[in-house]
Amino acid sequence: MKVAAVAIGHGVFGKRSDASVQELAFEAFRAAMHDGKNLERKDLDAAVLGSVPEYHKQRSLAGVVAEYLGLNPKPIWLTECACASGSAAVRTAYMAIKSGMHDVVAVIGAQKMTELATPEILALMGRVGEVQWESIFGTTFPGYYAMFANAHMHKYGTTKEQLAAVAVKNHYYGSLNKFAMFQKPVTIQRCVEADPVAFPFGIFDCCANADGAACVILANEEKARKFTDEPVWLEGSGCATTSMSVLRRPNHYSIPSAQEAAKQAYMQAGVEAKDIKVADVHDCFTIAEILAYEDLGFAEKGKGGKFVEEKQSYIGGKHPVNVDGGLKAKGHPIGTTGVSMTVEIVKQLRGHADKRQVPNADIGLTHNVGGIGQYCFVNVWRR
Amino acid sequence: MFKWFGKVNFVPYTKVGEFAEHLKNGKIMGTRCKKCGTVTFPPRADCEKCMESDWEFIQYSRKAKLVTFTQIAAAPTGFEDMVPYTIGVADLPEGGRVLAWVKEIDVKDLKIGMDLKLVPRIFEEIPEIKLYYTLEKP
Repeated sequence: MKVAAVAIGHGVFGKRSDASVQELAFEAFRAAMHDGKNLERKDLDAAVLGSVPEYHKQRSLAGVVAEYLGLNPKPIWLTECACASGSAAVRTAYMAIKSGMHDVVAVIGAQKMTELATPEILALMGRVGEVQWESIFGTTFPGYYAMFANAHMHKYGTTKEQLAAVAVKNHYYGSLNKFAMFQKPVTIQRCVEADPVAFPFGIFDCCANADGAACVILANEEKARKFTDEPVWLEGSGCATTSMSVLRRPNHYSIPSAQEAAKQAYMQAGVEAKDIKVADVHDCFTIAEILAYEDLGFAEKGKGGKFVEEKQSYIGGKHPVNVDGGLKAKGHPIGTTGVSMTVEIVKQLRGHADKRQVPNADIGLTHNVGGIGQYCFVNVWRR
Repeated sequence: MFKWFGKVNFVPYTKVGEFAEHLKNGKIMGTRCKKCGTVTFPPRADCEKCMESDWEFIQYSRKAKLVTFTQIAAAPTGFEDMVPYTIGVADLPEGGRVLAWVKEIDVKDLKIGMDLKLVPRIFEEIPEIKLYYTLEKP
C-alpha cells in the first residue's frame, strides 16, 4: 500500500508574539484542509503532532491542539526527536497507514520557542548534548556544530567563506519565500564579519529560534486521489540514530545517522543520490548543510564547501538544496521543521513553487537531523 | 557526591558518583569492565560492549590529544559570567574522550592533534565543593 501527501499547509515563521502555539497549529491545519480536494475533518482517522514540549508552558500539547483544531474524539499523539520531531511525526503517520490501521492521517508540526528567552533556549538546546559529562561545561548547540565545523575545516580545508556561501544562498531563496522569517539577501562579507556566536560561527552561520507551524495530510493509495489530483508519494523512509554524546562518535566531520538514513531511503525508493532533483536539508548551521551534501552523496566527502561555492546547490546546479530558504532564512521552530521541509518538497514536486520552482522536479528529498545527528530522518518523495 | 561535579550540575546521582570523590583528591578516573576489560571515559557502570555491570575505576594518566574545539561567545543560563570560554574535545590514550574547558591557551593557538593534559580543578570562588577538570598545556 503506497502512501501519499495529499494536502499541505504552512504558516508564517518568525517571532509570533501575536499567537499561541495552538493558534499557530490552526493556521497550518486550516491551510492544509483547504488545499485538499473535498477534504473535511471527518475524513481524518488520526493526527500526529511533532513538537518539542519543553518550550511550552502548556503540558501535553497534543491534547490542546486536538481540541483547538476540533479533532476530538480522534486519536492524536506527540512525537519528539529534538529538531527532527516533525519528521518523526511524518514517519509515525506513514507507519500507521502502512500498517493498515489508519487510511488518512494529519501530520502537524507546531512550535512556539519564543515563550523562552535566548539564554534559556541556549541552555535547553545545549542539553540535547549529554548532560552528565558535557552540558556542565556550558555547551551550546552552536558550540557543538562549531566543533564539527572546526574538525571539517582542519580535515578538508573548508573555509569560513564556504560556510558563508550556504548562508548567502539560503537568505537569497528566503527572500523569495513569503513564509520565511528573514526576507533579505546577505553578502559573504557581512556573514564573515558578523558578531561571534561560537568560533568559527558568527550569527549568520546560525539559524534563528522561531515560532511557526506546518501541516501535511497523508493518505493511502486507495483514498489519495479522492483528496488531490496531484499526489506526491513517500517512496523511501529512512531513519537512524547516533550516540547522544559527541565523545562517542567515530569522527566530528560527518553525521553517521544521516548516511545510514539516506542509504535506507534510497534503497526503498530504488533511487540514487544523482536522481534527487530537489532537496530540503537540515541547515541549522552553515556547516550542517555542507555535511548534508556529503552524507547524502550530493558531493564527495570533503568537497561540500566547494559544492556550494560553485553554486551546485542553487537552482540550475547539480542538486538544488533549500530553495525555500532552509532553516537559515525560514527560521527553525524545531518541532515544525521536518513538516515544513515536507510541505516545500511536495510543493516543488507539484510544480507550484513559483519563482523558486526547480524545473522538472520529479523526485525530491527531505533530510531532517535531530540534535547533532542523534536522530536523522531522510525521506524520498516522487510525484 | 556527584553533585560536586560541574559549576551547574544536572545529574546529582549516578552509579559512578565516586568519580567526584577521586577528582577532589586530584585523580582522573575512567572505568574498566571486569568481564571483558573494556576501558572507557566518561565512566560507565554498565559495559556498552558485553552488557555486564561488574566494573572498577582505573586511574588515567591525564594525557590528552585535541580532537576539536570551539569558543563560546553566546552562553547558556548559568555560564554568562564566563564568556568567552573555550571548550575542547580530546582523545585519552587509555580509552574514550573528554569534553572540558581549555585554559590559558588562545583559541588561535589551538591545533587539532596537539598534546594537552587533563587537570583536576576546584572552583575556589564558590563556597560549596564544586569540581571540574580542564585541558591545558602539557
